Amino acid sequence: MAEKVLMKGNEAIAEAAIQAGCRHYFGYPITPQTEIAAYMAKRMPKIGGTFLQAESEIAAINMVYGVSSAGKRVMTSSSSPGISLKGEGISYLAGTDLPCVIVNAQRGGPGLGGIQPSQSDYFQATRGGGHGDYHILVLAPSSVQEMAELTIKAFDLADQYLMPAMILADGTTGQMMEPVSFDFEIKEPPAKPWATTGTKMQRPHNIANSLYLDPEKLERINIERFKRYEIIKEKEQLAEEYLVDDADIVIAAFGISARIAKNAVDEARALGIKAGLIRPITLWPFPDKVFKKAAEHAKRFISVELSMGQMIEDVKLATECKVPVSLCYRVGGMIPTPDQVLEAIKEAAKEVM
Amino acid sequence: MHFKRVTLLAGHYGSGKTNIAVNLAEMLAAQEKNVAIADLDIVNPYYRTLDSKERLDHAGIRMIVSRFANSNVDIPAMPQDMYAVVDDLSLHCIVDVGGDDRGALALGRLAPKLREEADYDMFLVVNRFRPLTPDAQSVLEVVQEIELAAGLKFTGIINNSNLGAETTEETVLSSIEFGKQCSQLAGLPLVATGVEESLAESLKGKVPGILPLKLQKRPV
Repeated sequence: MAEKVLMKGNEAIAEAAIQAGCRHYFGYPITPQTEIAAYMAKRMPKIGGTFLQAESEIAAINMVYGVSSAGKRVMTSSSSPGISLKGEGISYLAGTDLPCVIVNAQRGGPGLGGIQPSQSDYFQATRGGGHGDYHILVLAPSSVQEMAELTIKAFDLADQYLMPAMILADGTTGQMMEPVSFDFEIKEPPAKPWATTGTKMQRPHNIANSLYLDPEKLERINIERFKRYEIIKEKEQLAEEYLVDDADIVIAAFGISARIAKNAVDEARALGIKAGLIRPITLWPFPDKVFKKAAEHAKRFISVELSMGQMIEDVKLATECKVPVSLCYRVGGMIPTPDQVLEAIKEAAKEVM
Repeated sequence: MHFKRVTLLAGHYGSGKTNIAVNLAEMLAAQEKNVAIADLDIVNPYYRTLDSKERLDHAGIRMIVSRFANSNVDIPAMPQDMYAVVDDLSLHCIVDVGGDDRGALALGRLAPKLREEADYDMFLVVNRFRPLTPDAQSVLEVVQEIELAAGLKFTGIINNSNLGAETTEETVLSSIEFGKQCSQLAGLPLVATGVEESLAESLKGKVPGILPLKLQKRPV
């Protein structure tokens, strides 16, 4: 086994991208994700890759479009306000069926907000984020090790399903340091016969484009794309279940919130309350199957989020509102303590017991 | 540990400078009356000496810190009273410098007076488990970059090799050779080996210049 290294979450994403074969990174600095750009700036020139600090987030995402069109693995990263700027480009990538990896180390919003951690871009990420009918794959790591693992997975899924994949991290997971092991088997990326690599007079032109002059064709393309989304929803849902099997009260939490919630679940169990945790790892596709199953015995769900309540809507949709769902939150860069979550569990326990 | 009037801590970011600065400040406060810790980090708005305010207050240590540290004001602001480090010669100082050569740029303003007074140490903090400083050669590059940016030469090395919460005795012991190699290649004495306090008892006598560290932690 490879020796572990002590890394910030942001660095782990950058190193994992390099190991996944990404040799093109375009970014623009913004706290709390700047370490990704700093790491790429140091490493890319040494391995024959390209690091480029673009003049803006908008320029960076369009450079991503260019490299992806040419069939190469490519990544960009930013934090909440910067991701909004990239929104147009992300829609174009989705409309052209191009794979890429986008990292969002979320910070408090809306607007310029603050630099402390947040999860309030859940809607933006899971609903697509830009204009038009589309989704992107959204993966939510909750440890530095997972920052690395899910980055590699994001490249694989993006190539497999020809769509952008997002790592939805936050200020905490990006900044915290933990030991991480880079013991990954890297799969060869699939062939990309659609790439704009020059015809060499051997084949018709490949064109990377999201503009359709014929509305009937655009409708057909949209419907076909959504058939692909159905396959992804069926095959790619990922979640960690912790003490869910006999739980009366099931917490839903992802990323940093899930780490806090796990402590609270342990404390609740010590008090004799049957609490459990479902940690969605894919936010899109949302892991609705495990929620449906848990709704058969759970008496109450609690969504723990660093937002005013966004994922809670998906929990309600997944469970078809059969069981009440309450919200436990902090916002603006603040983080709940395990005690706050425990109080929410105790409160729920009083009502359902 | 014997302290010069000013002790500067510099190195690759994430190597543990802030933790060591807080611990050294407490040691210094046990020896001297007029002690300050200066936070000159212009790189990282997260994880600052200010996180240890309670401890530092308790030890009667003055904090020279940007009023914007730990706030949402994300600019490389210097503390308004930073010149106290070089102007008040009765002050005994630990200076926490920002990571890498970019962080060390902040020392440029203080360097001429520090050189003139010649009563300072500048220690390089290294952790071999950080991805960009796994060996002595890569550490030497960091030394050269920081010295160039700071306008000051290092006077010693603190080996702070650790794997965070997964650090064991073995982790520390496996870094002793690395510490020696860094010292030899850079031509700098190894002044201490940082060890989390719970491991200090069992590692006593096994590592050179053991420096037990009480870690600063964020609430979550």
